[in-house]
Amino acid sequence: MKNNTSIPAPASAGAYRVSQIRRRARYVLVFLVLILAFCCITVLNINIGNVPIPLSRIVEILLTKAGNSTEVNIIWKIRLPRIFMAAILGGALSLSGFLLQTFFENPIAGPFVLGISSGAKMVVAFAMIYFMEAFGIVSSYTLILAAFIGSLLSVGFILLFSRRIPNMSTLLVAGIMIGYICTAITDFTVTFAADSDIVNLHNWSKGSFSGMSWSNVGVAGIVVGITTLITFLMAKPIGAYQLGEAYAQSMGVNIKVFRTALILLSSILSATVTAFAGPISFVGIAVPFLMKHSLNTSKPLVVIPATFLGGGVFCMLCDLIARTAFAPTELNISTVTSIFGAPVVIYMMLRKKGGRR
Amino acid sequence: MAYFSINDLTIGYHKVPVIRNISLEVRKGEIIALIGPNGAGKSTLLKTIARELAPISGSIFLEGRDMQTISYRELSKRLAVILTERIKVDLTTCRDIVATGRYPYTGRLGVLTHRDEAVVDAAMETVHALDLSDRDFNAISDGQRQRILLARALCQEPEMILLDEPTSFLDVRHKLDLLSILTRMARKNNITVIMSLHEIDLAEKVADRILTVKGDTQFGYGEPGEIFEEQAIRRLYDIEDGYFDPLFGSIELKKPAGDTPEIFVLAGAGTGIPLYRKLQRENIPFATGILYTNDLDHRLARLLAAEVISAPPFRPIPEETLQEALNRMRQCRRVVLAGPEAELPNAPLISIAKAAGIPVEHSL
Repeated sequence: MKNNTSIPAPASAGAYRVSQIRRRARYVLVFLVLILAFCCITVLNINIGNVPIPLSRIVEILLTKAGNSTEVNIIWKIRLPRIFMAAILGGALSLSGFLLQTFFENPIAGPFVLGISSGAKMVVAFAMIYFMEAFGIVSSYTLILAAFIGSLLSVGFILLFSRRIPNMSTLLVAGIMIGYICTAITDFTVTFAADSDIVNLHNWSKGSFSGMSWSNVGVAGIVVGITTLITFLMAKPIGAYQLGEAYAQSMGVNIKVFRTALILLSSILSATVTAFAGPISFVGIAVPFLMKHSLNTSKPLVVIPATFLGGGVFCMLCDLIARTAFAPTELNISTVTSIFGAPVVIYMMLRKKGGRR
Repeated sequence: MAYFSINDLTIGYHKVPVIRNISLEVRKGEIIALIGPNGAGKSTLLKTIARELAPISGSIFLEGRDMQTISYRELSKRLAVILTERIKVDLTTCRDIVATGRYPYTGRLGVLTHRDEAVVDAAMETVHALDLSDRDFNAISDGQRQRILLARALCQEPEMILLDEPTSFLDVRHKLDLLSILTRMARKNNITVIMSLHEIDLAEKVADRILTVKGDTQFGYGEPGEIFEEQAIRRLYDIEDGYFDPLFGSIELKKPAGDTPEIFVLAGAGTGIPLYRKLQRENIPFATGILYTNDLDHRLARLLAAEVISAPPFRPIPEETLQEALNRMRQCRRVVLAGPEAELPNAPLISIAKAAGIPVEHSL
C-alpha cells in the first residue's frame, strides 16, 4: 500500500533539479573526453613506431587489409593486438583497484600495493617453469588460473592481517611485505631455472604489453569482459557498501556473499593483467582517483565504466610512451605508469592529511 | 499480541554474553529509550535487533514472527538504522546519502524513479535539510549529519528505526532539534523508535518506555515515571557522590563536606539556587530556610544543604519553625540574603533576625 501513495515534491526541490542536470552534463563531458582520447591515442599508437605509418594508409589498411604486406603485418599482427591488450588490461587493472578500494575502504588500496600482483607473478613463474619443463608450452588459461591462485593467496594473507589489526597503514605495510616476499621467491626460482624455461619470463616479469597475439586478446577480452559486466551489475550493492558494512546490511545486502564476490572479481581482473602483462604499478590507485574527481562523484554506476575506460586510455598512453620515448629501446610499462601514477598517489596522501578537520 | 517483543534474549559476542534475559514488549509507534552505563551493552542490543549480530539465546519477534526468519531483504523495508560509526565517503553529496535509503525499492542498477526522488525530497524536508542537498556529506556539521542520516532512514519507509546514541556529539540545540523531529515523525507516521541515549534527562522526556541495562542484566523496563525514581537511577549508574533529580532530570554533584553549616542562606521563591550552587562549588556546608516545601529552592536545597528548615505551604509558618531557624542562624558564621529583601518570602524571619541582633549580609 505504501508504495502507491503519491508524495508531492516540495517546492524547494527545484534548485536540486538544476544541479542534477549540471551533474549529468559533467558525466557526459567526462565520457566524451575519454572516448575522444581513446580514439586519438589509438590512432597515434598505430601511427608511431619504428616504421611510421601515415594516417591515410592506416585507414586504408584497416578497411581493406590491402597494400604493402609489411605495413599490414605491423598493424594487424603487432600494433593492433597490443593496443587492444593495453586497453583491456588497463581497464581491468583500474577496475580491480576500484574494487579493492571499496573492499578495504581505503583509496590507497590496489593490486600492486597490496602485493596481489606479486603473488600472482610468483605463481605464474612457477607455472611457466613447470609447464615449460613438462610440456614445452603454457596456455593463456593456465597462466590466468595460476595468476588467480597467486592473487587469492596474497589476498588471503592480507585478510588474515587486516582481521588481526584493523588499521589501514598496517594493511599497506602487510601488502608491501607480501609483495617483497613473493618477489624474492620469484627471483630465487628464476635464478635457478633453466634458461630455456624462462626465456619469456624475463620480459614479462618486468611488465610489458609487447608480443601480444590475437588469441591473447581474445582470452583477455572474454575474461575481463564478463568480469567487468558482473562488476557493473553490482554497482548498486557497491554503492551501499560505501556507507560501511553495517549500513549495507541494513539495506538488505548479503555481506558475506558480497565481500566474497568483491574479492573474487578484483582477483580475476588483476590476475588476468598479471598473466599477460606482468605486474603493473600505480594504475589501480591513480585511475579510480582521477575518474572520481573528474566526475565529482563516487557513484559506482558512473565510476565503474569511467574507471574501465580511463584505465584503458591511461595504459594505452603509457604504452605509447614506453614504446616510443627511447625507441628502439622499450621501457617497462611500470616505469611509465609509475612516473604518471606515483605523483597522483602522493598528491592523494598530501590532500588527505590537509583535508582532515 | 505485541507489535515487537523480545523474549528471554541473551546477547553478546562470540558466545560470551553481554546482557542476559532481556524481555520486553513494544507497541507500534512507541519510542523506547535504552539507558545504562557505558559498556552495558546498549549498542550490542541494537545490533542484535538489527540482525547484525546473532542472539546467543532467546528470540525477537516482529508482529509475531521470529526476526531470524525474516530475510534481510524484507527487513530492509521494515527496519532502518542510524549508527554511531562515522560514514567514510568521498565526493558524495548529502542527497546521495539520503537516496541510498531507497535501496530496497530500486531496481537492479539502483536508478531512482520519479517516485523515489519524491520520497527523497519529502524525507529531506521532514528533517529540514533540503538546503543541504548539494553539500558534500563530509563538509557538514555533526547536527546536520544526524539529520541527513535520519532522512536516509526515512527513505527506507521503515516501520521501525533503531538509533545508536543519535545525540552524542550534538550541542543542546541540535539535540532538541533531532529529538523533536524524531518524536514528531514517530507520532505522525506511527514509526516505532528504539534508541540508546546517554542523556537520561532527555530519555525521560522523549521516551514512552525506558529499558535500563546494567552489568549483565536488564535492570528495568517501564514508563519513565516508574524508571526515573531517584534511588533507581543512582543504583543504575552506581552514583555515590551525587544526586539525580527525577523531576527535572538534572544531575547534582555531592553536597559540601561536613555536617555543621557555616553559612545560613535566607532564600525562597527560587532566589537561593545560584547561591546554593556557589557554596557547593566552594565546598562550604550551609543551612537554608525557611523554605515552603513546594518552593523551587526546596528541591535543590534538599540535595545540597547540610540542613533545610522547611514549612508546609499555604499557611503561616509555625512559631517553633521560626525559633528553630533563629537558633540555627546564631550558630552560623554568617547569615546571607539570597536576593533583594523585598523579593524574599521570608520577611518575618528577616525582621526577627534583625531584631535579635544577628548581622544579615546582602551578598556572599
